[in-house]
Amino acid sequence: MSKILIRGAKVLGGEPQDVLIDGAVIEAVGTGLSDEGAEVVEAAGKVLLPGLVDLHTHLREPGREDSETVLTGTRAAASGGYTAVFAMANTFPVADTAGVVEQVYRLGQEHGYCDVQPIGAVTVGLEGKKLAELGAMHESAAGVTVFSDDGKCVDDAVIMRRALEYVKAFGGVVAQHAQEPRLTEGAQMNEGIVSAELGLGGWPAVAEESIIARDVLLAEHVGSRVHICHLSTAGSVEIVRWAKSRGIDVTAEVTPHHLLLTDELVRTYNPVYKVNPPLRTERDVLALREALADGTIDIVATDHAPHPHEDKDCEWAAAAMGMVGLETALSVVQETMVDTGLLTWAGVAERMSVKPAEIGRAKGHGRPVSAGEPANLTLVDTEYRGDVDPAGFASRSRNTPYEGRELPGRVTHTWLRGKATLVDGKLT
Amino acid sequence: MQRHLISAADLTRDDAVLILDTAEEMARVADRPIKKLPTLRGRTIVNLFFEDSTRTRISFEAAEKRLSADVINFTAKGSSVSKGESLKDTAQTLEAMGVDAVVIRHGASGAPYRLATSGWIDAAVINAGDGTHQHPTQALLDAFTMRRRLIGRDAGLGQDLSGKRITIVGDVLHSRVARSNVDLLHTLGAEVTLVAPPTLVPVGVETWPCEVSYDLDSTLAKSDAVMMLRVQRERMNAAFFPTEREYSRRYGLDGDRMARMPEHAIVMHPGPMVRGMEITAEVADSDRCTVVEQVANGVSIRMAVLYLLLGGNEPAVSHTRIEEK
Repeated sequence: MSKILIRGAKVLGGEPQDVLIDGAVIEAVGTGLSDEGAEVVEAAGKVLLPGLVDLHTHLREPGREDSETVLTGTRAAASGGYTAVFAMANTFPVADTAGVVEQVYRLGQEHGYCDVQPIGAVTVGLEGKKLAELGAMHESAAGVTVFSDDGKCVDDAVIMRRALEYVKAFGGVVAQHAQEPRLTEGAQMNEGIVSAELGLGGWPAVAEESIIARDVLLAEHVGSRVHICHLSTAGSVEIVRWAKSRGIDVTAEVTPHHLLLTDELVRTYNPVYKVNPPLRTERDVLALREALADGTIDIVATDHAPHPHEDKDCEWAAAAMGMVGLETALSVVQETMVDTGLLTWAGVAERMSVKPAEIGRAKGHGRPVSAGEPANLTLVDTEYRGDVDPAGFASRSRNTPYEGRELPGRVTHTWLRGKATLVDGKLT
Repeated sequence: MQRHLISAADLTRDDAVLILDTAEEMARVADRPIKKLPTLRGRTIVNLFFEDSTRTRISFEAAEKRLSADVINFTAKGSSVSKGESLKDTAQTLEAMGVDAVVIRHGASGAPYRLATSGWIDAAVINAGDGTHQHPTQALLDAFTMRRRLIGRDAGLGQDLSGKRITIVGDVLHSRVARSNVDLLHTLGAEVTLVAPPTLVPVGVETWPCEVSYDLDSTLAKSDAVMMLRVQRERMNAAFFPTEREYSRRYGLDGDRMARMPEHAIVMHPGPMVRGMEITAEVADSDRCTVVEQVANGVSIRMAVLYLLLGGNEPAVSHTRIEEK
């Protein structure tokens, strides 16, 4: 049976409608659609969104398959309602050649849970010295359009300028991990009241803000587009707001955890809260929410960063940075943005599907829920309330800061080009 | 008393005074021909040092031995930070050996807290210095030294440091001694002023219960004690201050500056001292400098802490039993 009728779903949070899928595309959207010959999914009360798109995922393969693989990572993505993820380049070997990006892309296609769009490294080996073969990665089967040295900042202003200029030839974008390296030597957490007390090395907001300021000016100067990864401070918001008002082609992302958690949690010294950029203050969190609501921050991206248990079950300074996020992202966004009245579900669709697909040029994703469009869809039970249990994660890693915490919302179904990858909360 | 001693901030005023009073009792043991109490007989204490510190380790070891504990010294030279699992693995090894208390020194802030709260071990955890975070027994021995000098050995019993004005000078940013002292001295009612170049004061210091000044000379006349912190020479290369000489001119304690302190005021230093830069020999060797007393008091304080965490409810020093001998 190739037809599926999703009955009575609130499309983008609006009035209940039926959505009929035929094969890989949406055949019709309307009320009272016939279920003849179709498998019926009763969706009354649930919200139907275009399949989510994550512009910032770490899949760890190749090289750290003990943390995550393309298979486990894309299963986690499907569980979280994603139909496309952009896989970061900091693998081993680094995704800085056509060969590596093609391998990652093909694994995504073979497994079939989620489209994997590899991100190419900006510089060879993420070393910040020499441009990687950006054009070759773009022309490869993977069709790379997003380039990032994420985990490391492209801190050399000339290299950054050249990268911004070079990718214009094929509509690429440079996604910057904004972290001035000298200002963050030995950094362990946000620099401020809590770091002063705990005696942990400070990661000052200005280390992020100064790079963003530089890069938006560079983007303006060379007429290119730049994307700011995981923006985390109130000051960064101000700079992006200013840059947009000036017409600079800048986009920015925020992670779910930066919308919810603060550096007060570091008082536990529990490395599950260790992440880069670090958790900031309540004031930053509120500024980020507001900026996501008013569009200054364009998208939510997970920075899903799986790590094995032993890399987190140790003292703070020794622990790896990062937290998993694919399977909890939508719940955190619902809690921080929807349930607070800052964003409608249509706004969520815009920031978690439409815009990220647009920034990354992900074909067939982030499309309207209407006839003739690819059937990449996500169905969400927004009434659900439950505690997060990492034991049930599809990700290979369990480093979530939300263990035992109640979060709202649950993705029940995900369809990738009409094929169900998640049914009633279970992976197919 | 809590089961662990991780931070000076965890101590209430009454806890702290109890430790200081108990340390006075312990100090009397040092005056006896046989400097030993049976209090912790049969208890095993491990000194787990991931970071070199001969002074602190020997001080703890002396305290443990005077209380008749069985002592194991474990020196994990080099950092566990390069392979993070080693703290947990080491802890569990010690747990399996039936250790009652772990005295831990670690280069990473928070390592003792993790050890005490992660369920890796059941033993009591005593922080002997973690990164740039805390060194609570150092703060206690400093407070003990101040109480003895500024109030008096017997007159001080049961007393805190209310109204005393303490100035702490030097590399506050990297100093666990400064953090511990600010917390404890505030709890004990003293007024603390931190003095340092702005580069060596942490961002976020404004919430600490103390004053901050960049000018040493303006604080000297109103200080009952001036505590000099150690300044590592490598800080100069990281541009925290221009030259050693400039640091010394602005923040070093010399005879002229000491002369401007009130007559009763003391000079303290956690050691080891960098003579000539942070303190001149004239000051370091003067009667007003308590460095050597601080070392001796450290043993008494550590005996008191170990006793109170592990000894239970019996009096610290069983006078009758000792007199029988």
